[in-house]
Amino acid sequence: MSAAETIFALSSGAPPAGVGVIRVSGPAAREAVLALAGRMPEARRASLARLRDSNGALLDEALVLWFPGPNTATGEDLAEFHCHGGRAVIAAVEGALAILDGVRRAEPGEFTRRAFANGWIDLAEAEGLADLLSAETELQRAAALANAGGALSRQVEAWRERVLGLSAEVEGVLDFSDEEDSADLPECFTWNIAALAGELGEWLARPRSERLGEGFRVVLAGPPNAGKSTLFNALVESEAAITSPIAGTTRDVIERAVAIAGVPFTFVDTAGLREGEAADPIEAIGIDRARGALARADAVLWLGAEGEGPEGAWEIAAQVDRAGFAAKTGAHFTVSAMTGEGVLGLKTALVEAARAGLPKPGEAALNTRQHARLAEAAEALEAARALADPLLVAEELRRARLAFDRLIGRATTEDMLDTLFGRFCIGK
Amino acid sequence: MHSFDVLVIGGGHAGVEAACAAARMGARTALVSFDLAAIGAMSCNPAIGGLGKGHLVREVDALDGVLGRAADAGAIHYRMLNRSKGSAVWGPRVQADRLRFKAAVQAAVRGQPNLTLVQGEAAALLLEGERVAGLELADGTMFHVKHLVLCTGTFLGGILFRGEERFEGGRIGENAAHRLAQQLRGADLPMARLKTGTPPRLDGRTIDWAVLEEQPSDGEAWTMSPLTPRRVNPQVFCAITRTTQAGHDAIRANLHRSPLFLGAIAAAGPRYCPSIEDKIHRFGDREGHQVFLEPEGLDTHMVYPNGISTSLPVDVQEEVVRTMPGCGRAVIVQPGYAVEYDHIDPRALTPDLQVRAIPGLYCAGQINGTTGYEEAAAQGLVAGLEAAAAALGKQAPALDRANSYIAVMVDDLTLQGVSEPYRMLTARAEYRLRLRANNAATRLTGLGIEEGCIGEERRRWWERREATREMFHVKHSQRVHARELADLGLPVRRDQGEKPLAEWLRYDGVTPEALAPWLGEITALDPLLAEEMAEDAAYAPYLARQDAELRDLRASEALPLPADFPYAEVPGLSNEMVERLSNAAPGTLAAAGRVPGVTPAALSALLVHARRRLAA
Repeated sequence: MSAAETIFALSSGAPPAGVGVIRVSGPAAREAVLALAGRMPEARRASLARLRDSNGALLDEALVLWFPGPNTATGEDLAEFHCHGGRAVIAAVEGALAILDGVRRAEPGEFTRRAFANGWIDLAEAEGLADLLSAETELQRAAALANAGGALSRQVEAWRERVLGLSAEVEGVLDFSDEEDSADLPECFTWNIAALAGELGEWLARPRSERLGEGFRVVLAGPPNAGKSTLFNALVESEAAITSPIAGTTRDVIERAVAIAGVPFTFVDTAGLREGEAADPIEAIGIDRARGALARADAVLWLGAEGEGPEGAWEIAAQVDRAGFAAKTGAHFTVSAMTGEGVLGLKTALVEAARAGLPKPGEAALNTRQHARLAEAAEALEAARALADPLLVAEELRRARLAFDRLIGRATTEDMLDTLFGRFCIGK
Repeated sequence: MHSFDVLVIGGGHAGVEAACAAARMGARTALVSFDLAAIGAMSCNPAIGGLGKGHLVREVDALDGVLGRAADAGAIHYRMLNRSKGSAVWGPRVQADRLRFKAAVQAAVRGQPNLTLVQGEAAALLLEGERVAGLELADGTMFHVKHLVLCTGTFLGGILFRGEERFEGGRIGENAAHRLAQQLRGADLPMARLKTGTPPRLDGRTIDWAVLEEQPSDGEAWTMSPLTPRRVNPQVFCAITRTTQAGHDAIRANLHRSPLFLGAIAAAGPRYCPSIEDKIHRFGDREGHQVFLEPEGLDTHMVYPNGISTSLPVDVQEEVVRTMPGCGRAVIVQPGYAVEYDHIDPRALTPDLQVRAIPGLYCAGQINGTTGYEEAAAQGLVAGLEAAAAALGKQAPALDRANSYIAVMVDDLTLQGVSEPYRMLTARAEYRLRLRANNAATRLTGLGIEEGCIGEERRRWWERREATREMFHVKHSQRVHARELADLGLPVRRDQGEKPLAEWLRYDGVTPEALAPWLGEITALDPLLAEEMAEDAAYAPYLARQDAELRDLRASEALPLPADFPYAEVPGLSNEMVERLSNAAPGTLAAAGRVPGVTPAALSALLVHARRRLAA
């Protein structure tokens, strides 16, 4: 790669940790190893070395790995320092790297960007890696890993091969039928197209990968003073807050993103819904927004009178600890946010529902761009299935192949330019 | 010392088109051939056109080439292949009378202004540094010329094989240009060998036609060139026979005498047109293979049995022929043979068919690894136009994959190379729906007029046609209500409202004839144009979708890759990819995407590096 700059970053989790892995990539990676370790270890072999700064002061005793390019994760010369994971040690090693000529701290996602720019991963894999970097929960990480590992790319290549096979059959009819023993398309041809379209349909029906970022939306609703806010707090407190989800549009609706058992959630506390006139215009706006939140919800926890909540809402009998508690005959859950009674059971049920509504762990999920391309391929296959003229069937099959090519970046199209110059800021 | 702008070596189909195209562009052109009397000879099948090939004939004709009109002048049998399919894959084909075809080519060449014919053997290229400076003939004649088109067919290092026999030369009874071949080999160009073959020729008087299925010339009036107003020759029929088990047994018993199986011919032959011994060997379970008996002319009894190309010894050829129905007493006039020949790896050529390492030297035809008259003629046309444009400081018509099969072929050859003789197929053209044989003029003649390679007669024809097209457009934009169509019994629902006629033409069963009440007499003005425009209307939704794709393609084509792009410096390209890309030297990022084996990941790397270089 012609980029002169060499980048480094801590590639393991935030310190303190058992081990801190600092990665260095670029033309000066070799100099960096020499400067810190004093010698070059054998390529692709872990070796123990004392790391020293430019004054010769000992920084740490670390495992050093040296991977000469281009057959590395980034396509460039690459080195790794596996240091002790304390904050001070890592800061010291990073400090020693930062003062070297042509070496700087990496920007977020820059290693991935280089791997993509150097031809080590295709478009779908790069998108997976980008998602991986922003993953905050276990579920997000597992799905992103599947894409980054090429699961989607391999699947698309397999589909593409099958369409190519179907195309070859049509082309045979078109180009050679008049020459000898004119052949028609075999009977199973249409069936094969339908089968393939069906497989695409299954993928298209899966939840999108963006859903992982947004989390499973749970809206608490009910009349004022039904105990919504107390339950809201009970649900989100002591859970790991996550920062990435799309922010709510209004402060009247309080949103909080948390991960429960590794599953991303967005809990939404709404203004109380009441029938009839609102007390004042501001409250009316709040109620409008609450209705909007309800429409976008994956699950609604209804704390009001039984049967008066939105269709499909979970009936929650809250405030069981209170004197005036009104039991619901068909309550899904009876809880007390104050005593914690029933809250764990509710959380468990929410996690179960969320797992069903979000991409499966380890299963590649499609983002909106990929979904659109795949939908295009599916549409072309459906069209091919319905057409009788082999010439037009061939054209629809070609369109399906083109959509696949664009999905993984085989065609040099706007998709790739957009990703390269938009999402990855390459070339700016 | 004689001096020319462009000199063409070879008088086959490629050479004729190259020389005439260069001359039409206004270049002072010479055509050098061993034997001027052999110009226009059809060395193989007497057929011109066919699937994919018919498109090439029409395109060469649209740029005012010789082939289409000569085919019409010789045609004694017309057939539209694939008639039952969509018109984009129709393949117009004729059987041509050899003598009449050749006479037409000779007349075209001799009547071509700016063109000088020279009989002689091209012996050596004269170079100035790397550049072409001239040509020396075997008799010592020297030519001063900076743009030289090599159209030497199988003459380069050609060896004929027939059973145990070997002959040198490209065709029976002609010499091979060995000295020139040696010089090209010495120039360190990437060369490889291919083979092709031809069947024995039969005496038609010894064939029992009465027992065979006839294939008549089709009853329609179409011709290869729109400048041929009507079919000129009496039409004859072809006949269909088959090889038999007895014949297959004879072939199997003698496979050890075939140079193909002896290992004497190692080069790859065309999978699309295999020899009969190949067919028996590879598809042994087949009962028999179809053989078309094609008359070679009105004044000759020679018959070309299409489908039994062979290099078996003469006695076996006779045995095989005599086991075919109707051929029990058939006499072989000239035995079949196989030819092995040198070709240049076409990846060594730039998209104008110029040898990258020897500026000024252009190659066209079989020398580039193709098979077929049509493929040769189309390349000759390109090389001739480009050589003349370079010599005169002009532009050749801009051909690309979206406007012509010609460009599809040139792009395939120069980017992908060949592993077997290259034959045009409609499947090679991704924008096939817009590249129809019947709209070649619409696609190309206007471009040709702009760049000055179209003669007076065709220009006038074009202007008349464009005026008619305008009238069609007016008629097609009339809005008609569904009810009116339904009242005429056309298969449209009455509730579909009012649409322009052009849109109604998309509906199954709505033909220009059916719309006669609105189109009036205009269809009769130019029935072929009417048909073409009706098809445009029918395909319009598909073409619109392709337009978006083409815009995208052109964006990638806007990113140039210089010939010396340092692929080895791009990390992430495997050694194999670096080699393929360096050999093919794609001119743009879009072209790089068409080089075989280039992965999506590699393409993104190329994009980034090309952009960086551009920005630097």
